[in-house]
This record gives sequence, structure tokens and C-alpha cells, in this order.
Amino acid sequence: MSSAPQPIAVDRQTMEVDIACAGFGPATGGFLTTLTQAWSESPADPAFESKVAPGMPLQVMCYERADDLAAGVSGVVTRGEGIRASFPKLDPAEIPMAAAVKRESVFYLLDPIGARRSALLRFGDFCLGLGRDSWVKDRAFELPWTPAFLHKHGGMILSIGQFNQWVGTKLMAGGLAQIWPGMPVSGPIFDGDNGKEKRTVLGLRFTDQGVDKHGVAADGYMPGMDVRASLTVVGDGPVGAVGQKLDERFGLPAGHARREWALGMKMVIELPEGSELEAGTVWHTFGFPEPEIFGFLYVHPERLVSVGIFVPSWMGNPQRTAYRYLQHYIQHPLLWKHLEGGTLRSWGAKSLEESGKHGEPFLTGDGFARIGEGSGSTNMLTGSGVDEAWTTGVQLGEAVLELLHADKPFTQENLAAAYEVRRRAGWVERGAREAKNARNGFHRGFIHGMVGMALAGLTGGRLALSGKIPPAPKQIRKIGAHGKAGLRLREAAKVAMADGRPLHDALMSARGWPEIPFDGRLLVTHQDALLMGGKVQAMPGFADHVVFLDRQRCIACEEKTCVAMCSGQAITLGADGAPEFEREKCVHCGACLWNCAQSPDGERSSIEFVAGSGGLHSAEN
Amino acid sequence: MGFHIVVCAGIVPDPLQTLEPATGPNGPGIKTEMVLPAVLDPWAASALYEAANLAGKNPGSKVWLVSLGPKAKLQQVMMSVAQKVSFELVPIDGPIGGFPDAQATAAALAETIGAIPGLERARLMLFGGWESATRGAGVTLQLVGERLGIADQFQGVDAIEVREDGSFEVLERVEGGKHQVSVCTGVPAVLGWATGNLAEPRNNPQVGMANMRTIMPALQKAKMVTLDANGLQYVSVSLPKQQRATRVEKNMSADEIAAELVAWMGAE
Repeated sequence: MSSAPQPIAVDRQTMEVDIACAGFGPATGGFLTTLTQAWSESPADPAFESKVAPGMPLQVMCYERADDLAAGVSGVVTRGEGIRASFPKLDPAEIPMAAAVKRESVFYLLDPIGARRSALLRFGDFCLGLGRDSWVKDRAFELPWTPAFLHKHGGMILSIGQFNQWVGTKLMAGGLAQIWPGMPVSGPIFDGDNGKEKRTVLGLRFTDQGVDKHGVAADGYMPGMDVRASLTVVGDGPVGAVGQKLDERFGLPAGHARREWALGMKMVIELPEGSELEAGTVWHTFGFPEPEIFGFLYVHPERLVSVGIFVPSWMGNPQRTAYRYLQHYIQHPLLWKHLEGGTLRSWGAKSLEESGKHGEPFLTGDGFARIGEGSGSTNMLTGSGVDEAWTTGVQLGEAVLELLHADKPFTQENLAAAYEVRRRAGWVERGAREAKNARNGFHRGFIHGMVGMALAGLTGGRLALSGKIPPAPKQIRKIGAHGKAGLRLREAAKVAMADGRPLHDALMSARGWPEIPFDGRLLVTHQDALLMGGKVQAMPGFADHVVFLDRQRCIACEEKTCVAMCSGQAITLGADGAPEFEREKCVHCGACLWNCAQSPDGERSSIEFVAGSGGLHSAEN
Repeated sequence: MGFHIVVCAGIVPDPLQTLEPATGPNGPGIKTEMVLPAVLDPWAASALYEAANLAGKNPGSKVWLVSLGPKAKLQQVMMSVAQKVSFELVPIDGPIGGFPDAQATAAALAETIGAIPGLERARLMLFGGWESATRGAGVTLQLVGERLGIADQFQGVDAIEVREDGSFEVLERVEGGKHQVSVCTGVPAVLGWATGNLAEPRNNPQVGMANMRTIMPALQKAKMVTLDANGLQYVSVSLPKQQRATRVEKNMSADEIAAELVAWMGAE
């Protein structure tokens, strides 16, 4: 057994601040914007005086793991109600790559190449195909209406990288908060005197620097500093180290579990000259490349589009290789007629926590509060998370202002009364309740899933299909050592090992998917994609942030889904059959965390994903 | 006594991004430059780390970082750079992008440096990058030195060693992969740095917090300049040629791979 790098026992430097935030994304952006706007209206208000530096304003620090605030990996369409409430005069033209939503369409994509389809779906496709040229064009059927719950009318298409940069610049210019990128936080500082029953956090500890890949002190060793704060705001996303450690120590509320995930992977493509796609166009798709894979196309200004897919955990296939699927997706006739001749500008991937209310953690404790996606705010019925995350940050910001003005400490009781009450009364919570069981049906199959989603969406969550949601490792279908699938896997692995070809690529080809006709511009190898539009970087001096806990278990694993699903091909198959990790290729999507079929306890993964430095430098995602 | 070290450092689009040429109203530039994240020019960053190292070895020294660029971009870059070493920022709010005239840039820098309160010419070392990762006229630092009346100038510097009598020895890169060793009797002097020998310092949030106390007020007061093109005309612009030919080889020896690389480079 191995384990994740453990902090070395040394005397660490300590710094005192008033508020420390882990992670900078939309949620923390909303939180800091709320604080900064209130402070700039009355900076002399004694409520804003620092407790750790008397006479100074509140010392508010935010630490982001990525090397740059713009190094986000998501293009989104959002209603943007919460964001607009914070910036009432917001003009999307202020934010690079942003566009107001102009038109939305939902397409069912027929299978143009003979991919996997159930008999029922094949029959459905056949019936739709009868209407060729009347209601089916480009092997796609456009739904005559977009369900209201999917609508983003009045919303915006954003590049999260650019949005983060825009918000960060405003915040830093505001003068209250400091945001420090390139500073991974290894975890929260717990109160050693308190048991697990009393949820207490004293601050944050940074990752050690100057260590080898196993975390052992090497040249230039610099122990991660402790930042102690009266309030620690946890907004480090669904796979963030701080959130994970809180869940590990305090558990989740009774009946809650984080079992549903998806990997969002997308490309930013420059369209060919003369493209007819208009900025503000939004397409939602389903049906291809696999029935379970949903897709999207958002058109930004200046001939840029974000095109991507979501590969969910409930797609049981263990060979769920997102990059290859994405390449097949963009070649679907509906999309390809617009994308052909385009140029790949950047690419990226991110894990989405899709449990919603089912996975909501404890939102508050003594000295800490959780916001954003890691707090279960994403609405999987509306397919929306950015505005929800922003709004939870605003709600915490308002709560903190209330407590500061009342001179009340950030105890669990006070935070619950100020923050949780706001959150329960808000629109994010209403949406989360409506969406709570909307996806249950997918665990019984694609058709059940669509019916369940429609039921929940059209009845505001009053009706939904019941369903038992298994832990993520159990959602991965077993291959079986002796079946046809097992034979195919072994053959593919042999081919991959023999010619150095990536395993996941070989697996997809072995399953009958056609080879990708590389053109060097848009259809490029996975390794080349890592070098385009931002490139992957890993500062030296940090430990590996992906750790395989039980090598023998990994060798025995037939599925090897961690290899198949690794967004950056950072996990490859070693000579002895165990996966190997290369930090220099990791895009920090966190997919390995939930794509492990070998759980030691039936619930958790055999892979640890801890705080690490580097990742994609793309700013257009 | 220590030195007063002024580092001239521009900001450039992150070289890891896809950089494409574009022609704007002011001549050639880089496509969507405002959208791309900026970094401190890597050559000038080496100069900054060397300056901090030198200041650390010579008590009483102080480091100023003079940078010309749009205020918002400077602020963005400072979020990362300020965590590395201690310095005082002297920002100049100027235009982004393109290939501004070196004379105009040098004039703006020299005027700003000359007006830094408390800066003593008798203790002055002017540092900068010898080259630029994205754009570089190759003469800006020399022109700043000339405008400040500094005659002792060294380019392609990889090391400096200060002696007890105040003189210092400099290693400059010369042809043939060799270094020229020069001894200078004392400051003021201009040093255009190559890569130096220091590793990039680790991020340290305490250093960042200390720097930020002066950085944000300085940015708010940054002087705005416009750079006169002085009738500059661009004859041609070209990008370094990039080629990518990825291949996985597991059975070739290191010697075979090296031979193939040499042949490939030779063919270019």
C-alpha cells in the first residue's frame, strides 16, 4: 500500500489573516465581490477593521491552485441572474469571449457511423430516419421546442477563464481582497483538541515545495505555511483537496453521498472564414457518440466556438475515453459542416460533481463555510452550475457582512443562522430540490433517464423516477476476464504495449470506432492537444498529486478505467500492468478520482487526488 | 551601503499560448493579445531574480521593478511575480501589444527611473533582460542606460560577483558558447541578463503580502504614457517557425533518438 504525500513534521511558518479562501472560481468570485463592494461603499466602517492587523482593513486572502486565474477549463452558458445581480450594469462585451444568448436549440443526434445503440434506440432512429429531409437534417432531429428548464434566455455564453480573469482584476483593483494563484492548499487545519463531532477549522495549510515526487524533502525544501483565519471559505470545487479532507473527517450529512459525476471535456475552435454560426447561438445535443453522452456547442464572438461533451459516471462502460469520444462528436454531420476547416485553439477538461442535493456536505462549521460546486450547488436538471456557484458565494458574503456588523464570531451556529438560512431560502436551493431526483432514471438506462428527467423538469420536481444510485466504483461495468469484452481488452492492451499507442485509443478502436483522420489543425492526437492553446505545465518541486493506493489491486484490475478516462493521458499503463502517473501531463480534471473500479470499501476510490501545482495554461477555456 | 537595483521588465503574452500575428491600426501585433494571460518577460524575470539575490547578499540594497504596460495587465502579472521576491513596483500605464519604438519606450523608462524618489545614482545598477521571449528590439535597455548617462554596459550576463572594494566581475555570453570576463570598477552600470544561474524562486505568500502593500497603491497612481511611433514603418514581421511531429518510440536507444534529432535539425 502507498499513500498520498503526508505533510512532513517540521515547524511551519504561520500567518494570521481574517478570512482565508481556498480556490478561486465563480463561487469565491461571488463571495469576494460581495465583500469588496460593501467595503468600498464604507471603508471606514469599524465592522471592516481587521482583528489580526488592528487599524487595517480586513485581511482577506484567496489562494488558487492553478498558475493563473484565467487557467479555467470551462465554456459555459448561464442565465447569469446571480452574476447580473452583482453587476447590474454588466455588458457582456466587457468580458472577452462573452456573448448574450440569442437562440437555443436541442438536437437528438442520430448515429452516423454505427455506434453502440440499444434495439429500442435503433428502432427510434429508424423511425426518425423515415423523415429524412423533412424533420431530420444532417443526421439530427431538432426538437420543436426547448424545454423551459433548459432555457438560458437572457443569459450569457462565457469563457470561465476569461470571466475569472475579469472578476479577479476587479477584485484586486478593489483593494480589499488579495488573490494568489499558483498556491495549492494541501488541506484545512483542524483543531486537534476537538473531536470529529465538533466541526472546527482553524485555517489552511499550503502544499510543501521543494520535495520529490513522493513528497520527500529535496533541494530547496520549503514547508507549506499555515494560514490561520477566523473564517475559512472553502470554494475549491468538487475535487479540491480542502473539500475532500473536510468530507473525510466530518463525513456527509445522513443519507448523503457523492456518487454521481461527469467529465466535461471541450474544445475551443476557431471557425473557418465565412462561418454562418452567429455569436450567441446555443445547441444542446444528446444521442451521440453514445446515448448517455450529452453535448453542446456555444458560439462566442469573433468566430470562436466552445464544443464539448459530458461523459457521466452512470455510463457503465469502463472504456469511456472522453477525448476520442469528443473527436467523434465534432465529426457528427450536424457539427462538422460548421467546424470542418476550423482550427483547434485550446482544449480542456473538468470533473463535474452531479450529485446535487444528494451530495451536499455540511455547509458550515466553527470557522468555515462551503460554497460553490463542492457544496453541492450544481443543478443537473438545468445543466447549470456557474450562476448557482456565484450565488452561493454571494449568500455567504451577505452572511459574513451580517456577522461582521453584529460583531459575532464565525461559529457554526452563527454561520448556520446567517448563511445556511439564506441558502435554504434562495433560488439555488429551490432549483436543487426540483433537480434532486431528476437523474435517478439514468441508473436504469438511457430511456428511463430521459423520461425521468422530463418528468422532473416538466413538473418542477414534483414527479421523478425512483432509483438506487450505486457508488461510483460500482457504476463501472465489470468486463469479466473470460468474455468477449475481456478478450478485446487484452488484445487492445497488447497492441498498445507493443506499439506505444495510448491504451484508451486502442480500446476504442478495438470496440469498432473508426480511426480519426488527423488533419493537424482540428483533428490532432491527444498528445498534440496538450501542446496547443495553453499547454500543460508542472512546476518542479511538488509531489505527485495522483497516488495509487494499492499497486497489486491496480495490477489485478481488468477495467483500467483510470487509464481510459485520464483527460491528459497522464495515467498510462506501466510494463507490469499497473498504472503510472506523469505529473507533467496532468490537467487536474480529477477524473481519476471517480473512475476507479477497485474500491477498498465499496464507496471510496483506490486513487487519491490531492493538491498539486500546474495544469493547463489555457485562458480561452 | 548596498545597491539600488532597478529592474526594467516588460510583460508579454504567456509564451505557452498560441500566438498568432495580426495587423492592427498601429502596425503588427499579436492576435487577441488582451485576452491572453500575460507574464513577466522570462529574460527580464531572470534579471529580477538575480537582482533580489544580489540585494540579499548586500545589506542595505533595494530593488525596484519598473514595468510599462496596461495597468490591468500589470496587476494580473503581479499576482504571480509578487510572490517570488521582494521589490517595489514602479508601474507605467502604457499601451499593450505590437512592437513599440525602442526610442520612445526607453525615453518613458528613463524619465520614470530618473524620478524615483530616493534612488541614488552612485548606488545604481540597472538590470533588464538581454532578449525578449515575445518581442524585443534588442536595444531598449542600452538606450535607457544612455539616457541615464551610464557608460558601463554589459549584455548577455550570466553571473556577477561583487568584490569587497566595490568593483564587480561580470560574465557575459560571447560567441562559441564561451563567457567574456570583465571587471568593472563600480556602479552605476547596466546589466542585460541572459538566463543567469538561479532557479525560479518558490511562491511565498508572505513575500506577496509584503509586496502588495506597495504594489496596489503604486498601480493606482501609475503615470500614463503614450509611445510616439516616431514615423516608424514596419517592413516585415515573421514568427519563429514551429513544428510539431510527435511520435512515441519505446525501442530506440537514446543514441538513436539523438542521431535522428540531429539529422532532423540539420535538415532544417
